[in-house]
Amino acid sequence: MNQQIPVITVKDMVKKFGSFTANNHLNFEVYKGEIFGFLGANGAGKTTAMRILCGLSAPTSGEITVGGFDVYTQTEQVKRNIGYMSQKFSLYEDMTIAENIRFYAGIYGISVKQRKEKEQLLLKKLNLESERDKLIASLPLGWKQKLAFSIAIFHDPQIVFLDEPTGGVDPITRRQFWDFIYEAAAEGKTIFVTTHYMDEAEYCDRVSIMVEGRIAALDTPDKLKKQFQSEDMNGVFLKLARRVGSSESGVESKKRINKNRKS
Amino acid sequence: MSRFWGFVKKEFLHIFRDVRTMIILFGIPVAQLLLFGTVITNEIKDAHIAIYDQSKDEVTREITAKLLSSSYFVLDQYLESTEDVEAIFKKGQVKEVLIFESNFAQTLEREGKANIQVIADASDPNMGKLLAGYTSGIINDYMLKEMGELKLPMQIKPEVRMYYNESLQSVHLFVPGIMAMILMLISAMMTSISITREKELGTMEILLVSPLRPVQIILGKVAPYLALSVINAVIILLIGHFAFGVPIHGSWILLMGESILFILMALCLGILISSIANSQMVAMFISMIGLMLPTILLSGFIFPIENMPMPLQVLSNLMPPRWFIVILKNIMLKGTGLLYVWKETLILLAMAVVFTAIAVRKFKVRLE
Repeated sequence: MNQQIPVITVKDMVKKFGSFTANNHLNFEVYKGEIFGFLGANGAGKTTAMRILCGLSAPTSGEITVGGFDVYTQTEQVKRNIGYMSQKFSLYEDMTIAENIRFYAGIYGISVKQRKEKEQLLLKKLNLESERDKLIASLPLGWKQKLAFSIAIFHDPQIVFLDEPTGGVDPITRRQFWDFIYEAAAEGKTIFVTTHYMDEAEYCDRVSIMVEGRIAALDTPDKLKKQFQSEDMNGVFLKLARRVGSSESGVESKKRINKNRKS
Repeated sequence: MSRFWGFVKKEFLHIFRDVRTMIILFGIPVAQLLLFGTVITNEIKDAHIAIYDQSKDEVTREITAKLLSSSYFVLDQYLESTEDVEAIFKKGQVKEVLIFESNFAQTLEREGKANIQVIADASDPNMGKLLAGYTSGIINDYMLKEMGELKLPMQIKPEVRMYYNESLQSVHLFVPGIMAMILMLISAMMTSISITREKELGTMEILLVSPLRPVQIILGKVAPYLALSVINAVIILLIGHFAFGVPIHGSWILLMGESILFILMALCLGILISSIANSQMVAMFISMIGLMLPTILLSGFIFPIENMPMPLQVLSNLMPPRWFIVILKNIMLKGTGLLYVWKETLILLAMAVVFTAIAVRKFKVRLE
């Protein structure tokens, strides 16, 4: 892995919703080809941060580049260089596999010839050649998810953002899904993934843990476990949450969470 | 551009694959047109009446014959006593009873006047009034003809003509109304539902993350409905014209132009609704209650605006279909040109601009 080439740089990123600060001066870099885990409880501000990096939301202040492009001024280039998949499946259930591929290839401006080549490779790899003209609605969940991921990287983005991609999926399918993620990372794609499954955090190269709008810790899983004298990431997470949580009354932190959810 | 067409194609796939959408798009307009055109009517045809003729002379027979030959009335039965009147109304079939007093012709000749009692079933007040009106009209007509030679000292004879709808067919009124309602339904409701569906499914985020611009996304969602609405407008006009004989005196081009303007306005409304609503259910509710009901009640489609209380009359000015119906009636029934409907056209145009402005602002805010 080429560790020192940053593809995402975030300096002093702040996002406020009215008087509420969802992202409080975030600073981090993500390197090319790594799997970067973005962890935090619901309402800690991780989705907000991810939405800013994807260009779905404008930051209040801070310097941010994604794929070498400025998120304020070069949104178009940023969009061309990223892929995105959310926990809600991004495929159209009333369209066939081939139609979904055609549609997404179309909006990224991929030529017909290129699409046909890639489509064949993809279907072969997923073993879905015979299902090509079946509606997405008829596929099992695990397949849908793999297909959604494959389509999210169909246009060969530098960076892929995955927003809790494995929500509601069984452990075996989740494991298989992570094989896909590794494969994409091996091709040099950078993976930025949010999750709240702590076992998945172990699969990441580096992990950042957000607590109440701040990045409370950022390092490799091994180093974090050592630092917090914990056997697994779950322990790390709980210790961190407790440490920061004690500085603020429970009621207040709950308020923050609710507020953040609404926004 | 090819990106955009790909998007439009996908939208058509959604529409054609969803049976419910297809029914709303093409089944409901035709069904409504046929329903309103044939079932709901303010005209009288073959109303059942009963007659209690205590005189049974030449004059009463002539009046009876004249009534029955009008095609408005059908004789149900002759009654034998006044007690029967109540009983026959209760059975429900008979809507009106005529009672000729005894020695009708003799009295008429001797005193110059005679009495007919007309009793109508007013449990449906409008119907009762109409029946009584038609009946006295026919009897007056008979009087004037028969007694004309008697030379009354003075006579005022109003000669009534119903301009633009000589035969008073209510379908002439309903076709423009239904057209306004259906275009509103398809354009505003269907677009708002299809946009909120993307939001609900989470695919809207994927689209926004892609290099497509928000404007392209919205146009891509709206374009198919514009096309389908225009097709629908043509279908409604054709059915109205050829099946119900509604005239189209004015220019087809102007008619289509105005229809497209109205459709665009409704599409903007749909986008506006989708920017407020976060789920398909909410979008549907807003469209149904916020658009459909006022269209039916306040646009002058069924109930005349002139008869409404003042506050509602003012409110009806805000209903786009109100102006569209005026335009349609003018072009179709009166055959007038743009010169006579420019004011209404401008109002629709202004509404479209306002809705677009708000929708664009809302859409941007949502992206934040």
